[in-house]
Amino acid sequence: MGHESSVPLFWRLIKSRYQLIGTKCKTCGNVFYPPKYLCPVCRKEGKLEDIKLKKTGKIISFSIVRSAPSGFEKEVPYPVAIIELDDGPRLTSQIVDWKEEDLKIGSRVEACFRRIYTDGEEGIINYGLKFRPV
Amino acid sequence: MKVAILGVGTTKFGENWDKNLRQLAIEAGTKAIMDAGIRGRDLNAIYVGNMSAGRFVGQEHVAAMVSGELGLSIPASRIEGACASGGLALRQGLFSILSGQHDIVLVGGAEKMTDLMTDGVTSSLMGAGDQEWEAYYGVTFPSLYAMIARRHMFEFGTTREQMAKVAVKNHHNGSLNPIAQFRKEITIKQVLDSPMVADPLTLFDCSPITDGAATLILCKEELAKKYTDNPVYIIGSGQASDTLALHDRRSLTTLDATVKASKEAYRQAGITVKDIDLAEVHDCFTIGEIIATEDLGFCKKGEGGKLLDEGATEIGGRIPVNTSGGLKAVGHPVGATGVKQAVEIVLQLRGQADKRQLKDAKIGLTHNVGGSGATAVVHIFSR
Repeated sequence: MGHESSVPLFWRLIKSRYQLIGTKCKTCGNVFYPPKYLCPVCRKEGKLEDIKLKKTGKIISFSIVRSAPSGFEKEVPYPVAIIELDDGPRLTSQIVDWKEEDLKIGSRVEACFRRIYTDGEEGIINYGLKFRPV
Repeated sequence: MKVAILGVGTTKFGENWDKNLRQLAIEAGTKAIMDAGIRGRDLNAIYVGNMSAGRFVGQEHVAAMVSGELGLSIPASRIEGACASGGLALRQGLFSILSGQHDIVLVGGAEKMTDLMTDGVTSSLMGAGDQEWEAYYGVTFPSLYAMIARRHMFEFGTTREQMAKVAVKNHHNGSLNPIAQFRKEITIKQVLDSPMVADPLTLFDCSPITDGAATLILCKEELAKKYTDNPVYIIGSGQASDTLALHDRRSLTTLDATVKASKEAYRQAGITVKDIDLAEVHDCFTIGEIIATEDLGFCKKGEGGKLLDEGATEIGGRIPVNTSGGLKAVGHPVGATGVKQAVEIVLQLRGQADKRQLKDAKIGLTHNVGGSGATAVVHIFSR
């Protein structure tokens, strides 16, 4: 990150990142997000298809980043969390529109579309889903 | 399984402003060769643990750089497994001897981190996590371990004071280690009052950004006595993997890869956890040591904090952990750490650990983790 990368690096994941589209294995029934390219449970016998996930879930754990990586320097302090979606899978993202009492294990959150970071000075503006308290 | 260690060497760990990557690697390498009492030409192969020279100093092809600097044309390979690169290089060196292919090999680990500014180092280290699904969202390594810590506090009642005790203990041990980056004692209050890096972890919960290198000379068991009267043997080696991203794991508070790797290492060594006299574990963050002591079986799950309260992991305790000062106080040049851990065990088993020396240590263990737990490698050593 922070490099000026080519467009496809970001473009190819837009569907999953913007619309919360994961994968479901028809063989074992497991739902995955981030999406998988091979079912890690069934492997050869697996049959994956896209599935749009509900945008609600709860906080499993969280932190507040105060020492940022390149590209996020102006954002600090910002909370990050591991969120368990109501459909089952867990993911990592930021929490926005928060008050201190919202940052608790078990707090309910929902996905919202936000700018994530800009790839270098003249680079692509990257978007994706962050989560806000509900 | 038995492979001998003939020699060890390390640079000083820290902000080595005046030294570049190749100087660090060569300094540790030549020290180990001298310590082993061999000549460079006795070496059959080189294995180098290095995580990210490409990002830290723009240099790939690091193993060839090392062999070239040593004036040797033997096979040289770089092994990468994030912060476990050193432990994995050791394992590959070990296998090359066990396979019968080589008699004597050099296993090195080296990392030059201070040539990048802090935000660049933070981003580069995040290469050990999931670039597309963790790093993309601004997550950092301290914040990943902070989420592990928060969950451990939630599930088991582990306290910030118990985490701080890891830093206090390891700084004490580091104060006795001439190669350590930090050689000052600290207090629990200093840890808790230091600047917040990723809640609930403060600056003193985190291992620092470090330059350093460490080297081991491995030798086939049958040949070892030709070179030394005092060999230390590797008697067990286990490695396991888990998902790259923390969120995909079965649990946030157990590193399944550590559990699996240690079981395999204990089995190979033909010992149980009760036989371990000391351990160097992966305390990249204080919570890392707490979880490691649980996952390696030094105490029950959830009781890692209690182990610290009892003083069991201090020098002179029931199971001393990180007598070197650990990643926390010696520093964490990521690719070098796994090799440095083995160097400390060798020094302890040889009785050369000076002010840190344990009485009568016979069996030691190293535990090296890559990323937030996607790779774990455990080695067991005996006199």
